Amino acid sequence: MLYNEPSPHEVKVLTRRFGLADSASIKTYLKTDGYVAFEKALKMKPEEIIEEVKVSNLRGRGGAGFPTGLKWSFVPKTSPKPKYIVVNADESEPGTCKDRLLIENDPHQLIEGMLIAALSVDAHAGYIYIRGEYRYLIDIMDKAIAEAYEHGYLGRNLLGSAFHFDAFTHTGAGAYECGEESALLESLEGKRGVPRIRPPFPAVVGAFQSPTILNNVETFCAAPAILRDGGAAFAALGVPKAGGTKLTCLSGHLNKPGVYELPLGFPVKKMIEEVGGGIRNGKKLKAFVPGGSSCPVLTAAECEGLTMDYDALAKVKSMLGSGGVVVMDEDTCIVKVALRVMRFYAHESCGWCIPCREGTAWLRKLLQRFHDGHGQRSDIVLIGDLAKNMLGRTFCPLGDAAAMPTISFVEKFRDEFEAHLDGRPCPYEPANRLAAHLVAQ
Amino acid sequence: MAAPVKLTIDGKAVEAAPGTLVIDAAKLVGINIPSFCYYEGLTLQAACRMCLVEVEKAPKLLAACTLPVAEGMVVRTETPVVAEARKYTLEFLLTNHPLDCPVCDKGGECELQDMVFRYGAGESRYSENKLHVDEKQWSPVVFYDGPRCILCFRCVRICSEGMGVGALGIVNRGAVSEIAPNHGDHLECDECGMCIDICPVGALTSGTYRYKTRPWEMDHVGTICTHCSNGCKTTLGVRNGQIIRGNNRDRSGINGEFLCIKGRYGFDFTDHPERLQSPLMRVNGKLEAASWSVALAAVAKKFSEVRARHGSFGVIGSTHTTNEENYYLQKFARSVLGTNHIDHHRSGDVVTLLDALSGTAGSLSTTADLYERKAVLVVGADLSSQQPFLAFQIRANYRHHQARVYVVTENEVREDGIAAATVRVDKGGELAGVHSLAEKLKTESELVIVFGDSIKGEAVRELVAFGNSLGIPVKYVALVDYSNSRGALDMGLVPELLPGYQPSNQPGMTVGEMLESESLEVLWVVGANPLESAAMKAKDAFVVVQEMFLTETAQRADIVLPAASAYEKTGTVTNVTGEVQRLKTGPSTMGAKPDLEIIGLIARDMGLAAAVGPWIADKVFEEIRATVKGYSVPMAIISAGGAAHTMPVNGRIPVESRPDLIHSSRDNLFTSGTLGRYSKMLGSVMEGRQA
Ligand SMILES: Cc1cc2nc3c(=O)[nH]c(=O)nc-3n(C[C@H](O)[C@H](O)[C@H](O)COP(=O)(O)O)c2cc1C
Ligand code: SF4
Ligand code: SF4
Ligand code: SF4
Ligand code: SF4
Ligand code: FES
Repeated sequence: MLYNEPSPHEVKVLTRRFGLADSASIKTYLKTDGYVAFEKALKMKPEEIIEEVKVSNLRGRGGAGFPTGLKWSFVPKTSPKPKYIVVNADESEPGTCKDRLLIENDPHQLIEGMLIAALSVDAHAGYIYIRGEYRYLIDIMDKAIAEAYEHGYLGRNLLGSAFHFDAFTHTGAGAYECGEESALLESLEGKRGVPRIRPPFPAVVGAFQSPTILNNVETFCAAPAILRDGGAAFAALGVPKAGGTKLTCLSGHLNKPGVYELPLGFPVKKMIEEVGGGIRNGKKLKAFVPGGSSCPVLTAAECEGLTMDYDALAKVKSMLGSGGVVVMDEDTCIVKVALRVMRFYAHESCGWCIPCREGTAWLRKLLQRFHDGHGQRSDIVLIGDLAKNMLGRTFCPLGDAAAMPTISFVEKFRDEFEAHLDGRPCPYEPANRLAAHLVAQ
Repeated sequence: MAAPVKLTIDGKAVEAAPGTLVIDAAKLVGINIPSFCYYEGLTLQAACRMCLVEVEKAPKLLAACTLPVAEGMVVRTETPVVAEARKYTLEFLLTNHPLDCPVCDKGGECELQDMVFRYGAGESRYSENKLHVDEKQWSPVVFYDGPRCILCFRCVRICSEGMGVGALGIVNRGAVSEIAPNHGDHLECDECGMCIDICPVGALTSGTYRYKTRPWEMDHVGTICTHCSNGCKTTLGVRNGQIIRGNNRDRSGINGEFLCIKGRYGFDFTDHPERLQSPLMRVNGKLEAASWSVALAAVAKKFSEVRARHGSFGVIGSTHTTNEENYYLQKFARSVLGTNHIDHHRSGDVVTLLDALSGTAGSLSTTADLYERKAVLVVGADLSSQQPFLAFQIRANYRHHQARVYVVTENEVREDGIAAATVRVDKGGELAGVHSLAEKLKTESELVIVFGDSIKGEAVRELVAFGNSLGIPVKYVALVDYSNSRGALDMGLVPELLPGYQPSNQPGMTVGEMLESESLEVLWVVGANPLESAAMKAKDAFVVVQEMFLTETAQRADIVLPAASAYEKTGTVTNVTGEVQRLKTGPSTMGAKPDLEIIGLIARDMGLAAAVGPWIADKVFEEIRATVKGYSVPMAIISAGGAAHTMPVNGRIPVESRPDLIHSSRDNLFTSGTLGRYSKMLGSVMEGRQA
């Protein structure tokens, strides 16, 4: 099922089957070049597969943007242990809603991606860890897996070769933290979802103490296209050092929110205006989140001339993240946004380490009080100070994810915090706005 | 050994073995990196973030507790950035902490207090509400105060890794995370209290100790647990002559931090209301209070009378009294009373083991060997239940050194979980089970064999022959029951042996024979309860009992002399592995006297003091060191509270060993013979009631 009209600016690679009749079925998949990349990969050497992925400049779509080919090459070839493929379908980053579409509309593309990854490291089993709230996706995925077994794309002696591979779905544990790769592995093993000490990284010690390729759904879904059309073709779609397309989830005050597949390096302004149909009710842009709630927020001015790719966003000290774009118009209360974001992280902090566990809880209470109009001038400094002292000090990146946007909110929108001082109620709440208007008259 | 890694910490050059963690490497040069969650010997957590340090070329602060040393690494532990990080971590930590130090058990010995004192900010900027949840009682001995918990997960780890129990876990997430017991609202576990002791703050508190005192109001007396044979050091917190707490807070002694429920809570028998505080004499068939001088005079009179006419004395000694008392008792019995009818309850065949090993030096295992040797074979014993510290050592050996553990037992035991091989046998089938492991054991480079009371007499010789056939160094432990069971044998509390396993070459009655004898004139029982399960035939015998309680045996006495417990006197005891350690006087019970003194006073009143020598523990121990084979242990170790390994005989013991008399009482974690009946704490836990 599709939730928005496609945009003419899209370059449909991973979403090419979206909208086809019965797009999730293996019949449709096979009719549209399905599993040809796997067939091709079967005839390649593992190093050649990895090389092709390296050439494609594919970078991880789960948030960190780590070069995928390089990651696959870290799996120790000589390890006597079994190797595993793990798909991170825990998609929980606020603003991100693309993995579910990939599974819902084209689950076989994911299976094929897993098969290609498996060939590159000689893995024979893979797990798809699906966010608990995406229960319906498990049925879709399970059905696709069953079809793949029926048609000989999963199981033993695939396509007459000596290669065999089994795939399983696994329900997420209902925690954002379980999307963090090492916590995911703990959860997959049936334990409490808290992160592991790293190093070692999953490529060396992953699932069940064995080398593991762990990637985001979208990352795996790019693999069939890369093998089918060649890494160079994929790379050419994007910008140097970041190849291909990115499923971009446009949300917020837009006329046409939705998930769009855009080539890397797509201009931000054009994306808002043309792909997203512009800001609702002709309002002005106030703030822009490029890649999920953990990215530092950008002001309208910072969006000028900006493009959606890893390096360009790093230059303005933000991130492409998971591709969860949030557009906020001029009527948005940034203090409230900061509060909303912190509520999420305080709720999702796993509680393992002190700075994140206590810092997020403190900031949530503080921001709540502040937004309620009980803030003091010193609180503004305190908010930024607490966040800065969480940053880089926590056990896993969730603490950073809570700190980074918070720091950007106070630094870039200090005036909005000041507008909440001296017992003044939030100037953006509609009721308060009316009251203020009446007072002014 | 790989070449050491060279690095610099705070400008000091450090050399450390590869793999050493920076937090430990720093200790080598006297630098203390603060930590909460790091705990030597337990798995790494990197959770508390107190140990963050600056490392040259690293983009951010790194946790020293998980960072292995690297060649040329430059670490700084006291920079402004590090100091700031610590200050913030503590400020974060205190946001939801109740700071109820004035009423908290841990106040004064709390790691959080110390940490805030050293590294914290003077004031907090936190002005929001604190989270609160009510305190919970998990068992009669374990209470949990969630708000005080700093979530360092030490308790969870010591319970699963150290104890092999795994009764504790984490529930909820984020700031409302809590530690929870295995049965949701209550614990079902060993009730060892290890979790309480390891807790850096006052989140876990002890049922016996909570809200009773401030730590600085107590004297801390490091002595030896008086329950099982393992010989754990326990530090008694004594206030106003009363024991309020047992723990091992300085982690000294052979047991480090380990104590089982008995060592930690089983001290409360000392002030049980039924504790005897005055001598009792039988008047008109009833026991009535008497003064010490009257009672002692009566004993002396009777003893002198019987001695004068060469009447028959029977003497039954204890498995809990000190070496000095045992030595003195047998000396008194043999040289003054002229009797060789002296015995005690035997629980392991140490005699045959020593005889079978004669000529092979270094074959007696210490408790440390159980932690260090590469393989351990457990035969016919449920160690986790009956020999808790030995079991702990083996678990730690498995965890830290991947020791291979082999188990041959009738029933399932906790050691199965870490065993390289387990053999289940029928009663009496232990040796066959051991033989079935021959091929596996031959692949080991060394082995410690621990065996229970089902291996006795010829079976011990066969086991040693088996050990010899493996072609590897093998050490042995013959399990015995109580705190000085081993010392009773070493000191010759058996008719056939004098101290140091020298044959007595004199006939003498055993416990059973004394009770069966119709002609016995005097039965003198020092700290034992033989009449608990047997009757005494000599109806007219004069019975003198030195006891803490009016036991079944004391009830039959003509004169009962109230004895001090092991916690109320000095002297030495020898544990199951032959390690001697010294007791220290904690509290005192009014009216009771140490057995050594009682025996001495009887001798004095008989006018025979000179024949036995002074009843001063140190003096008697000097005599033991000088005369008893194997006991010439270095005094420096003993005086400093250490454990010295005795080396009894290395030659044949030409006596008939009496395997028929060897029976373990099979106490479990929650029982301790007669003594255990007087511990309210041991009786209070539900696991004990089920067992
Ligand atoms: C708190 C937290 C939550 C995360 N959640 C997700 C997630 O839901 N899905 C995802 O693919 N990656 C998530 N990640 C990133 C993963 O840790 C990991 O980097 C990623 O799955 C690797 O795949 P990639 O290389 O294909 O991006 C999360 C990371 C953190 C720190
Ligand atoms: S930063 Fe710490 S508390 Fe937060 S989610 Fe990660 S490990 Fe858990
Ligand atoms: S008392 Fe001992 S067994 Fe029980 S929970 Fe605590 S550590 Fe575990
Ligand atoms: S109860 Fe104590 S030991 Fe356990 S996690 Fe809390 S503070 Fe740490
Ligand atoms: S193991 Fe034995 S010696 Fe150690 S504390 Fe327990 S009862 Fe006492
Ligand atoms: S001691 Fe290093 S993080 Fe706790």
